[in-house]
Amino acid sequence: MTKNPRTLYQKIWDAHVVDTRDDGTCLIYIDRHLVHEVTSPQAFEGLRTAGRPVRRPDLTLAVPDHNLPTTARRDAAGKVLPIEDPESATQLAALRKNAPEFGIRYIDATDREQGIVHVVGPEQGFSLPGATIVCGDSHTACHGGVGALAFGIGTTEVEHVLATQTLLLKQSKTMEVRVEGKLGAGVTPKDVILHVIGVIGTAGGTGYVIEYRGNVFEEMSIEGRLTVCNMSIEGGARAGLVAPDEKTFEYIKGRPYAPTGDDWDKAVAWWKSLATDEGATFDKSVSIRAEDIQPTVTWGTSPEDTSAIGGVVPAPEDFADASKREAVKVSLDYMGLTPGTKLTDVEVQNVFIGSCTNSRIEDIRAAAEVLKGRHKADNVKWAIVVPGSGLVKAQAEAEGLDKIITDAGLEWREPGCSACLAMNPDKVPAGERCASTSNRNFTGRQGPGSRTHLMSPAMAAAAAVTGKLTDVRELVG
Amino acid sequence: MEPINHVAGRAIPFGRKNVDTDAIIPAHWLKTITREGLGKGAFEAVKKEPGNVFADPDYAGAPILIAGDNFGCGSSREHAAWALLDMGVKCVIAPSFSDIFSGNAFKNGILTAALPQEAIDRLMEVAKTDPIDVDLETQTVTTPFQDRFTFDIDPFRKHCLENGLDEVGLTMAQGDAISAHEAKARAQMPFLARTPATVD
Repeated sequence: MTKNPRTLYQKIWDAHVVDTRDDGTCLIYIDRHLVHEVTSPQAFEGLRTAGRPVRRPDLTLAVPDHNLPTTARRDAAGKVLPIEDPESATQLAALRKNAPEFGIRYIDATDREQGIVHVVGPEQGFSLPGATIVCGDSHTACHGGVGALAFGIGTTEVEHVLATQTLLLKQSKTMEVRVEGKLGAGVTPKDVILHVIGVIGTAGGTGYVIEYRGNVFEEMSIEGRLTVCNMSIEGGARAGLVAPDEKTFEYIKGRPYAPTGDDWDKAVAWWKSLATDEGATFDKSVSIRAEDIQPTVTWGTSPEDTSAIGGVVPAPEDFADASKREAVKVSLDYMGLTPGTKLTDVEVQNVFIGSCTNSRIEDIRAAAEVLKGRHKADNVKWAIVVPGSGLVKAQAEAEGLDKIITDAGLEWREPGCSACLAMNPDKVPAGERCASTSNRNFTGRQGPGSRTHLMSPAMAAAAAVTGKLTDVRELVG
Repeated sequence: MEPINHVAGRAIPFGRKNVDTDAIIPAHWLKTITREGLGKGAFEAVKKEPGNVFADPDYAGAPILIAGDNFGCGSSREHAAWALLDMGVKCVIAPSFSDIFSGNAFKNGILTAALPQEAIDRLMEVAKTDPIDVDLETQTVTTPFQDRFTFDIDPFRKHCLENGLDEVGLTMAQGDAISAHEAKARAQMPFLARTPATVD
């Protein structure tokens, strides 16, 4: 056993401490900073006002995603189409101006590499194991899927990182979420993380950094791990990560920003040393049997409101906690659901397949597998598939997946955050339901009055086909 | 951030209690992409009242604002501090401030000086005709009529304000430590310390 056994998180933390203050606050070095158009304008303005440069523009990457419409970005003649919403247009224009002014690499809305920051980072090899990664967005936890310590920050902190490449932080507590056993057919990484959040609750990880451990995560693809880590914040944890392994190295090797030559060899040697030491302890441990996880959906307005697809809408009385009973009452009223209703009897009018949680090529493939040779139900009025990046889009098209999707009556869109948060024109109408592969089912999240049911891409595709929440195992298997 | 040692000039005799940040800057002004230009939206509702102090040309660009108890309560929006700064306000004098507002003000180089209500009453009177003088070093507020009031301030905040240091500025003062870490990282973790030249 190692002398002072440390966790993966502690090892990454220790490698990044610039300074420790008497009260335990540390100045932590940030290796990679992703910037998008919504939370950066005031930070750039702050730098400009103070006459400060960006300390490490080479470690910073800017890409627009939140505001972008997912409809065609150029007309038939190849001319770039204007953004109709004036406030969105202003925020997008600000990033386009700020990035070059401060010497930051910028991927434009019309570039092939454009996409959701959390898809672009790993895809470009910008997100690396053992790195500290930040972005002004809470789903930055996503990059933990490649073994990075990644978390979301506010605008003032964005400015702090731009100017100093550091952040003032206190060390988090550590939490182990262990899933072991064999996942059943039709059970995907999204089902695993929804189930985990259902078990620990949305505040279960508050104050902690989660390390996902056990054979289920070891056997999971990198894209699956990104999906899992992405939703750590929905369990209250600012960051979640999986130890990097051979699969991670293979995923990263050769990507544009990945280390090369001698740097690569040094990187792999260090990455191999990051795994949690035998004997290291966690402040909290949760253990889940893989066999207990079913294809999962949410029924309420909190990501912890999960149920296996075979279940029914719960009643407020089913919950022991008084405040939760009250919350469930409000939430069922908002969702227009009656306790006892079979989840598979709940009709949906909209389907959204996309978001930083589920818009990578494996997600698109999983949806296409269900959609192949089928057609969306008549009661499904709006169904869109939004790839996470231009490169995912190109890959899907090379595999003919776009054809399968459009033949099934779904729309194939341009990359962006889209209906996950409805900041762009993609919104779910009030009072209507959406089978969504995104990460938050909050009240009004997908548009005022919208009703969101979170699920995996395969499950969302199944819902598109039947027009109801559906157990995908009944369609494919 | 501008260092602040001495603020002298006209003071806006606003005087109201429980001024919340919605009153300082209403929500519809938050859709901005800059911290600047929010002065236009500052005290928007008050400015619609006939005979309000903000309409008085004598106080245009005044660097001091005098208010009542619990100034800056409500939402945590940093836009409230940005709006005051954009109006030209560098110091707010009131009997008390909300914690969040005073923190936001501090981060933006605005001095919040708490004085007893009697002192506020006297300053409100003086402000109608004459300038007021606030000195950070001696922690005093004085008038041309020999009034002299002292206020307390956290020593760390005083140091930051006097030297124009915000959190970013403070960390920048540790530039050597950051550079040392970068040098070590270049040697030990070059793969994190740089991105490949091929993407440039």
